[in-house]
Amino acid sequence: MTVFAFYLFALCTIVGGLFTVISRNPVHSVLWLILAFLSSAGLFVLLGAEFVAMLLVIVYVGAVAVLFLFVVMMLDVDFAELRAGMAKYMPLALLIGVILLMQLGMAFGAWETSEIAATQLSAPAPLAAETQNTAALGLLLYDRYFLLFQLAGLILLVAMIGAIVLTLRHRQDVKRQNVLAQMYRDPKKAMELRDVKPGQGL
Amino acid sequence: MISADLNIILPEIVLAVFAMLALIGAVYTGKDKLAPVLVWASAAVMLLMAIWIGTTGGQDQTAFWGMFTDDAFARFAKVAILLSAAVVLLMSEGYMSRHGLLRFEYPVLVLLSVVGMMVMVSAGDLMTLYMGLELQSLALYVVASLRRDSERSTEAGLKYFVLGALSSGLLLYGASLVYGFAGTTLFSGVIAAATEGHMSLGLLIGLVLMISGLAFKVSAVPFHMWTPDVYEGSPTPVTAFFATAPKVAAMGLFARLLFDAFGGAIADWSQVVALLSLLSMFLGAIAAIGQRNIKRLMAYSSITHMGFALMGLAAGTAFGVQAMLVYMAIYVTMNVGTFAFILSLSREGQPVTDIGALGMYSKREPGKALAMLVLLFSLAGVPPLVGFFGKLYVLQAAYGGGLAWLAVAGVIASVISAYYYLRIVFFMYFGEEREEALDTGGSPVLWGCLMVSAFLMVAGVVNLFGVEGAAAAAAATLVN
Repeated sequence: MTVFAFYLFALCTIVGGLFTVISRNPVHSVLWLILAFLSSAGLFVLLGAEFVAMLLVIVYVGAVAVLFLFVVMMLDVDFAELRAGMAKYMPLALLIGVILLMQLGMAFGAWETSEIAATQLSAPAPLAAETQNTAALGLLLYDRYFLLFQLAGLILLVAMIGAIVLTLRHRQDVKRQNVLAQMYRDPKKAMELRDVKPGQGL
Repeated sequence: MISADLNIILPEIVLAVFAMLALIGAVYTGKDKLAPVLVWASAAVMLLMAIWIGTTGGQDQTAFWGMFTDDAFARFAKVAILLSAAVVLLMSEGYMSRHGLLRFEYPVLVLLSVVGMMVMVSAGDLMTLYMGLELQSLALYVVASLRRDSERSTEAGLKYFVLGALSSGLLLYGASLVYGFAGTTLFSGVIAAATEGHMSLGLLIGLVLMISGLAFKVSAVPFHMWTPDVYEGSPTPVTAFFATAPKVAAMGLFARLLFDAFGGAIADWSQVVALLSLLSMFLGAIAAIGQRNIKRLMAYSSITHMGFALMGLAAGTAFGVQAMLVYMAIYVTMNVGTFAFILSLSREGQPVTDIGALGMYSKREPGKALAMLVLLFSLAGVPPLVGFFGKLYVLQAAYGGGLAWLAVAGVIASVISAYYYLRIVFFMYFGEEREEALDTGGSPVLWGCLMVSAFLMVAGVVNLFGVEGAAAAAAATLVN
């Protein structure tokens, strides 16, 4: 049963990934991408990593893919035109790809891990039977990988600063609403009652 | 346990916290009006950290289960990074505010990228390496396109970002192969796996991919294509920053990975690094000949210099690492002075980058021209200036490491590269005088940096200010 589920999810992931790349309509690409994400979430469940699986669904499918969808639909990008240049480079790219694939095949064909790899591989996470997924991840993130976790936070901060620096523009030529100025506006200063006689102007 | 670990990374914490406080403080108060103050404050904090790291810290220690290493090598690199970043930040203040580029985020981003660099040179784990590298690069991508209304600057940032992402991909792929082979991401585990038994093909491919990723960061040929465009397109103070601190950090990381994680397989990577070094030296020297834009010229110059620094690494000995560190320290000092000169070049307030405009510069500004002459001779490696001793060091290291052919090639490349440095001298002293003259005078900070840097190139001949000893101690902790 598990084997069947694995092959099902794995096949779906690969097919989803493939069609993400080759489908002509970018919206379809994003939909295929969602399939790939969901199937890999299934693979994570099979591995016993439920938390990561749920994260994948919530973060990638729920947020990232939807954002992609918005961007793809809102940006007026002619993908067919972008692809037009690709045909020119296709033979060269294919050649390089095939060579790389062959080299990697040779490397993985002669794959042998180091003698001590198995002992070094001893997982830092507590056993799944002893503690649940989320707790184990928390223990690792906030203890053993504390430094990396904080550095990742700094990287995100830099990304945020960068996005603001490069895109935010304070326009001087627009009138903005100043709520406090409106509230503290004093009728005595702002207006004046004049008694205008008929037939005469001011 | 964790408090002891935090103690070890205290300098990084102080810098990061200062950057965040500066960010929040500036956002809620004066915004860009506060930028000059922030620039000076950030430079002061970095100088303080450099002094702190340089004077304290006796024994080598590791933190976070070996993921972070604090040893003499890291301290040497950190002091170089902090000092150069602080000085470049100070130099940039005048230029940036004149051209309306001095945003308060600029010093904050520089600070955060310096934190990334400090993590890079202290990395003891493949993941720490990657985190530091990304923190540093991401901040650099942003400052490269700081002049967002300029097409050139935006292009520079985008090009740097896309190619940087590609190189990060290569690096990560290599790291995953290394992890798959060794079963751990810790350098101490990788070196054990690499020395135990023989080097397997998978580990070798992982190593080569990681070297490719890092070669991009130090802009070694054939991963150099971004350098001239990014140097040319970025605002000049940012270019000055690119040419100094990140290069030290990337070379430090290079050395750390090669010796800490693959120290048992020197014969395997030595040839790869030697090839990178050879290509960089020659391409940098030959391609710079046709350049008339001084920023592009400095880009090719930095490629050549990285080739020389890599020569020290290729030797694979403790002396080689020492030579690399000395070379980088000298290179950074020279570049700070040279960029101070470039930053001060302007005509009616507009920056000038064409070297032809320097015609008979010596007549108007004899002092600055003389200082630049000293720096250019030093960059070219003309004895008896300090730049010559840097080259001599790496050549000795290459010869001692059995790479005599590389040393000979280095001498030839050095002679070729002397041409374009001396051409600038020629323009300054014998060139044609242009009608529209360059502005004279300029900011005292730039003048001071230029003069101090030139003075160091002459005065350092005596004993290189003791850099040798510190570099030797640093190299000894890395290679054992």
